[in-house]
Amino acid sequence: MNAAWAVCRRELTSYFATPVAYVFIVMFLVLASTFTFYLGNFYERGQADLSPFFTFHPWLYLFLVPALSMRLWAEERKSGSIELLVTLPLELWEAVLGKFLAAWAFTLLALALTFPIWITVNYLGAPDNGAIFAAYIGSGLMAGGFLAVGSCISATTKNQVIAFILSVVACFLLLLAGFPLVLDVFSGWAPQALVDAIASLSFLTHFQSISRGVIDFRDLVYFALLIAACLYANTIVLAIKRGD
Amino acid sequence: MIDCKGLTKQYGRLRAVDNLSFSVEPGEVLGFLGPNGAGKTTTMRIVAGFLPASAGTATVCGYDVETASRQAKRRIGYLPEGAPSYPEMTPLAFLEFVADVRGLRGDERRARLDEVIGLLHLESVLVQRIDTLSKGFRRRVGLAQAILHDPEVLILDEPTDGLDPNQKHEVRQLIGGMARSKIIVISTHMLEEVDAVCNRAIIIAHGRILADDTPQALEARSRFHNAVTVKLGDSELLPAARDAIESLAEVASTELDENTGRITAFPASGKLPLAPIGELADSRRWELAELHLESGRLDEVFRTITGGASA
Repeated sequence: MNAAWAVCRRELTSYFATPVAYVFIVMFLVLASTFTFYLGNFYERGQADLSPFFTFHPWLYLFLVPALSMRLWAEERKSGSIELLVTLPLELWEAVLGKFLAAWAFTLLALALTFPIWITVNYLGAPDNGAIFAAYIGSGLMAGGFLAVGSCISATTKNQVIAFILSVVACFLLLLAGFPLVLDVFSGWAPQALVDAIASLSFLTHFQSISRGVIDFRDLVYFALLIAACLYANTIVLAIKRGD
Repeated sequence: MIDCKGLTKQYGRLRAVDNLSFSVEPGEVLGFLGPNGAGKTTTMRIVAGFLPASAGTATVCGYDVETASRQAKRRIGYLPEGAPSYPEMTPLAFLEFVADVRGLRGDERRARLDEVIGLLHLESVLVQRIDTLSKGFRRRVGLAQAILHDPEVLILDEPTDGLDPNQKHEVRQLIGGMARSKIIVISTHMLEEVDAVCNRAIIIAHGRILADDTPQALEARSRFHNAVTVKLGDSELLPAARDAIESLAEVASTELDENTGRITAFPASGKLPLAPIGELADSRRWELAELHLESGRLDEVFRTITGGASA
């Protein structure tokens, strides 16, 4: 576990040693605000809540999180540093966990830096701060889900561009799993139970209930299981592809 | 100790390592020699726990590198080929990271870091990004990482590649200094390195062991072993001198290098031609510019054994 912590710290330091951290945070904040004010009509709605802010998070993460996760393993494979990492006395799952936690902590930092909008909405009116807090938690969990998917895909390739594109597609399908775009593919032939199962995987469905301020235990379990499953798959992918 | 039994690594149709068995005891400095593509790096990667073997087992200090990999890796210091590291880190941060993963703590951590930084002369570049360092410094950072936890087993893949002659000398001295208590395996294609640091050499090609001996014994396989090279001050005497040397009972044949004017006399089996040639030169009053005994040429043995094999 100490090894996972060491990997996590190393990764976090590396974000800030390169422009990645600054570009990511600035673009995240700029885009989050743009969406809120222009597409979400934050002022025009005349309501003291942050739903125009949170509504766009899934779409923001769809492109920004894979940009962060694409390098997690692909870069190590490409530069050969994976040989060094894997021959240190740590288990693969510790390295996977360490890298994931660093990326997640970094994303949560970017999310936390959106706090001025929370202050703004309190200045303008009297919002339900409990609901906003819940929505932040939901948004953070969703970012973790995206990251875990991206990390697993990054482990399959040496090429960061491929990792990015595949992650965006995978996250897009997961986002819309509850919608006709995805479900129509299955509904014609698959048993209803399978269709329901796929529909229940939808990020969007789970996020929407949390973003309205309702923390349902099942939604939390959903994200926790998704992250755990992806990181487990990530470890297996690494073990299988070790060395090629 | 390192114990490898029947190691095999198959890449599709290519058999990179083919049923390799060997063991290495403490105090041995084993040099892995072989043409490019012979399977040196693949073998080292298997022993270091990076690659799984297709067949066979490797154990380090009694721990199987696959089933007890963590215990095995704790005892190994490994410098991968090309000394990869994290380019955006500084050597200090990088070494601290390795120390943390290896579980070094407190005073011991501080002491080990200071020691390897001193041993590899990294003081001047400690806070410079690794991607701005010269190839020699990057290699030394990789070596520092490998010896940081004072491991029982050192596996170094081309440790002196990219170093200048002074740095090579220092690294060889470093390896020599650690040799008594450790098991050291290095791979190289610089044959003088084997002479300088190894007390055992394994020559491999196409994934198979072709020779396993001390460097001296390998040199003795050379036709140059105990040969004598002579250079005369007066080059006009050369043809006559060559005939006279060749007629000695201790000499099987001679070769003349037209460019340098050196005559090399190869010994008849079991004979030592040095003394008779010296006496001959004395009695004929030749003015000798050079006279020396060859110990054998490793590069020639290497070429003969590997038969020009390359991939």
